[in-house]
Amino acid sequence: MPEQLIFAMEVFLNGLMAGVMYALVALGFVLIFKASGIFNFAQGVMALFAAMTFVGIQNGQVPFSHLINAIFGTQIHYFGWELHSIVAILLTVVVMVGLAWAVQRFIFRHLVGQEPIILFMATIGLAYLLEGTADLMWGAEIKKLDVCLTDTTCLPQGINVAIDEATFGWFGYGFFIDNLDITATIVAVILVAALVAFSQYTKQGRAMRAVADDHQAALSVGVSLNYIWILVWSVAGFVALVAGIMWGAKSGVQFSLSLIALKALPVLMLGGFTSIPGAIVGGLIIGVGEKLFEFAIGPMIGGATENWFAYVLALLFLVFRPQGLFGEKIIERV
Amino acid sequence: MLDQTEGYTTEDGRKIGGVVMEMKNITLRFGGVVAIKDISFDIREGEIRAIIGPNGAGKSSMLNVISGFYNPQEGEVWYRGRKRPPMKPYQVAQQGIARTFQNIALFEGMSVLDNVMTGRLTHMDSNIFRQAIWKGRAEREEVENREKAERVIDFLEIQHIRKTPVSRLPYGLKKRVELARALVGEPSLLLLDEPMAGMNVEEKEDMSRFILDVNDEFGTTIALIEHDMGVVMDLSDRVVVMDYGKKIGDGTPDEVRSNQDVIDAYLGVSHD
Repeated sequence: MPEQLIFAMEVFLNGLMAGVMYALVALGFVLIFKASGIFNFAQGVMALFAAMTFVGIQNGQVPFSHLINAIFGTQIHYFGWELHSIVAILLTVVVMVGLAWAVQRFIFRHLVGQEPIILFMATIGLAYLLEGTADLMWGAEIKKLDVCLTDTTCLPQGINVAIDEATFGWFGYGFFIDNLDITATIVAVILVAALVAFSQYTKQGRAMRAVADDHQAALSVGVSLNYIWILVWSVAGFVALVAGIMWGAKSGVQFSLSLIALKALPVLMLGGFTSIPGAIVGGLIIGVGEKLFEFAIGPMIGGATENWFAYVLALLFLVFRPQGLFGEKIIERV
Repeated sequence: MLDQTEGYTTEDGRKIGGVVMEMKNITLRFGGVVAIKDISFDIREGEIRAIIGPNGAGKSSMLNVISGFYNPQEGEVWYRGRKRPPMKPYQVAQQGIARTFQNIALFEGMSVLDNVMTGRLTHMDSNIFRQAIWKGRAEREEVENREKAERVIDFLEIQHIRKTPVSRLPYGLKKRVELARALVGEPSLLLLDEPMAGMNVEEKEDMSRFILDVNDEFGTTIALIEHDMGVVMDLSDRVVVMDYGKKIGDGTPDEVRSNQDVIDAYLGVSHD
């Protein structure tokens, strides 16, 4: 097999893995948009907030310690414990559910029935509010996120080695794939399966789909919109947590993490704003597309194509297929 | 002939029971506009009760008061012998009052069966954790709900479109699916907002038959709004007539038909 093709295959695989990471962020957008028609600009910041909260809880950081110290003149920063990742994740989930409640109670409950653009502006406000809150709570320095803080072998070991050996056996060249990417893929598959099972087979899932489809009809069959919206924001918060942990583990927990939301936009343009499978396939296409483009065309035009490729692709989609690959068809009735 | 506690017997021999719902001096305003003015009437168990009136008479507002979409400024709503506090629509639905809408509110993206199944939401009590862990019970509940849904689907003769997405159905069938969704929750009061609006003669006849059959087979108490006088008179046991937000008549179809105020409202009266 020609060497170029083998390299391309490796790049393709790595692209798929990167695509999973994009899809994780895009999923959060789709969930909220489907259920409430809100384009949640704050999704990226939610991922940042979740990741910071996770690291903070894990390391036993005292929330708002700077504020407390400034007011009371104390010098407390840490509780002095290190929690197991599972415990930290569960506690962060509780925080995200609380956040979902607060967002619904103090912002969107007052904006029911408003124009989409107003709701969108509200989420921009929310994004900055949340970013500031995250800063105040946990401090602004870059933190290392290590899921395996107390247990160094908690990531599935050996899969990358197995892939390396297998491909070496087949092609005489071992593929390199990051263990973290493999983990992210496995987690994403489980997450999506869980989301699908939740929305298809549970009472709450059915109610959620009902609300996404028609508010008035949902009310008439006894579904509380308020409850469902809190539920949706909680689920989106949970997805943000997963995305935040994965991205945080990859590139450290820092404020630029909130910018991954921007990378999710082209994914949504491709996949459509209302389709969960679309978010996944869109993520994969962007991931694979930008890696292959960089590999094949990049050297000819001076590289760094990964910065813009996704957006240009999205632009093309907007021109030729504005509803995305899986989005609901836009039919104008006259 | 109308006994307050015992109910009455209709001309075709059906026994009508006690009061299920009573509206007492309901007044509803939107800003300065009075949509409903001091209206009282009751709905009895097992009867088909119609609210009629010309366009803009306040019929739909009245239905929205009953189903909790509007809360009246004055007056009391009594349901099953208890005064009802102001409620959200979903709470009203949970109390066993189902409704359809004048301009159809279905879940367009879902299949007919899924739509009908949402009508059972208030009857599913397994919470999410129990559904995840205790599979047996949730499964039993799902099977039971599914059976109820299939029965209603059979009854309303929409088996052939069970799996079809609702968005692809013609208008008349959509109305029937909406009726199925309302009916499957086994409501103690079923509200129909212009069930025959926009239908052709054949569809109207079908719908009338289904309404009568539902009342007969399930013993469902039905309150409906309609402005097609002919249909209403054939269907209903008792009729409330509204005009400009006021009640101008209440009684059996025959009584209402011979009421001078009603004739004036419908045919117009010369002001000379």
